[in-house]
Amino acid sequence: MKILALDSSGLVASVAVTENGQLLGEYTINYKKTHSQTLLPMLDELVRMTELDLKTVDVIAVAAGPGSFTGLRIGSATAKGLALALDKKIVSVPTVDALACNLWGSSDIICPLMDARRQQTYTGLYEFTDGMLHTILPQCAVAISEIIEKADKLNRKITFLGDGVPVFEEYIKTHISVPFAFAPAHCNRQRAAGVAVLGEILYREGKAEDAKDHKPEYLRLSQAERERQEKERSFQI
Amino acid sequence: MTMNEQLGKGRTVRILAIESSCDETAAAVVENGRSVLSNIIYSQIADHTLYGGVVPEIASRRHIEKINQVIEQALSDAGMTLDDMDAVAVTYGPGLVGALLVGVAAAKAISYARQLPLVGVHHIEGHISANYIENPELEPPFLCLVVSGGHTHLVKVTDYGKYQILGRTRDDAAGEAFDKVARAIGLGYPGGPKIEKVSHEGKPDAIAFPRAKIADGEYDFSFSGLKSAVLNYLNGCRMKNIPIVQADVAASFQQSVTDVLVEHARNAVREYHMDKFAVAGGVASNGTIRAAMEQMCIQEGVHFYHPSPLLCTDNAAMIGAAAYYDFIAGKRAGLDLNAVPNLKLGES
Repeated sequence: MKILALDSSGLVASVAVTENGQLLGEYTINYKKTHSQTLLPMLDELVRMTELDLKTVDVIAVAAGPGSFTGLRIGSATAKGLALALDKKIVSVPTVDALACNLWGSSDIICPLMDARRQQTYTGLYEFTDGMLHTILPQCAVAISEIIEKADKLNRKITFLGDGVPVFEEYIKTHISVPFAFAPAHCNRQRAAGVAVLGEILYREGKAEDAKDHKPEYLRLSQAERERQEKERSFQI
Repeated sequence: MTMNEQLGKGRTVRILAIESSCDETAAAVVENGRSVLSNIIYSQIADHTLYGGVVPEIASRRHIEKINQVIEQALSDAGMTLDDMDAVAVTYGPGLVGALLVGVAAAKAISYARQLPLVGVHHIEGHISANYIENPELEPPFLCLVVSGGHTHLVKVTDYGKYQILGRTRDDAAGEAFDKVARAIGLGYPGGPKIEKVSHEGKPDAIAFPRAKIADGEYDFSFSGLKSAVLNYLNGCRMKNIPIVQADVAASFQQSVTDVLVEHARNAVREYHMDKFAVAGGVASNGTIRAAMEQMCIQEGVHFYHPSPLLCTDNAAMIGAAAYYDFIAGKRAGLDLNAVPNLKLGES
């Protein structure tokens, strides 16, 4: 089984192809956020280097959110276009879950942190038991204080990763009570290979969707919708 | 294949065109730039009415939800598949960046996966080219006034894909002024059709609103002064307890916009000795403005062209029409094509 995976949810742009439990190739850039210009040329490079016939891909996996709204849509629109042209299905892979997969097999609690702006983080809590990823707290958008409190209550060693680490490092160091570590460079950002691995699991669980039905999971309303709701709420009070 | 064959000269060229620059998700199949085989438009107006205007983030979210459905519908309405297409075309600017990016990313992915040539189209070029669809005899050179919610351009189309901008708005687009005035007099969004409708019951000479002239740009437009004049008038009435006649305000405002547009158009027709004049863009479907333009053209002895209302609004058929002439001229976009929110006409 061959999986083509894309992740443009954050600063990283990444494309990967896995086949029968092996990574055929991965191209990851953590440089400038110009995903609209780079994602497809990166895929093209990967396709040429691995002599991949796109028609032989079984399913397209995409990091479907949370993340940068625009970044998510570049990934989703690319996946939807490819899927439409190749007559494939799409597997929507939760971005934070895919990040947790980077630390596959760890005995620590895994806490991905993505910078969500507005003093928040896209995060979740995970562990590996019986060789499988288990979710303790599903991906969510919360204040850093809230996730650190929840993490503390588990009373286990925690490894943090993600582009939220540099943003919240000082806060973590001064507020956390349990032992903790930060993941190293080869696995501390989004990687499409992780999206492919989780994508295959979800695909086998029957969770692939028609390309036309796929849409990102933002975990947040747009600013206009949020403000409208707040206004309505304040009228009710 | 000879170069001419490669460029599609002398054969049938079918283009799948995609447009997502604002609040319409659209796809179309167009043959040889003039024949529309399908034209699908998913309008988001209902989603934005609550907010009194287009909300960029909401527009972008709707685009990603609808894009495949709209493309698939365009292909199936044309009775075709991607195998029958010779190229993929997409609007890459100007417009809302997040909205544009959905169409651009999807178009690039389709073109890449099927190894189809990709053509990036300027949105205004699309609006102008909408005139080719229903007027098989229309060919450049001609003058075109593009008026929409986002644009007000007076353009000399010197050849296919070649444009000289004679004038543009210095501030608000004409359609934007319609939206703002509609909101101020309680008509709501979208302002254009609502003002036109209520104007039928009003007197266009009831209130003397200004007709702005730009000292250093004979063909440039300004509508923010007019908008302020309307707001000042409304405030004045409220302070003096004079009843506001909504229909009169709407009709007088609309007349002011019409007069300015017609005067600029007339001067350009005379100065550039053009025998063809076209309008395009959402505001061009305003019956009062169109009738006045037609009247001017009759007086000046020039042919008047206008797209039917469906082709005035944002649509992908017009993008397919424009793309054909780019395609046969050999223009191709790469996999790195980006959305350019403030793309200038003639810069592509």
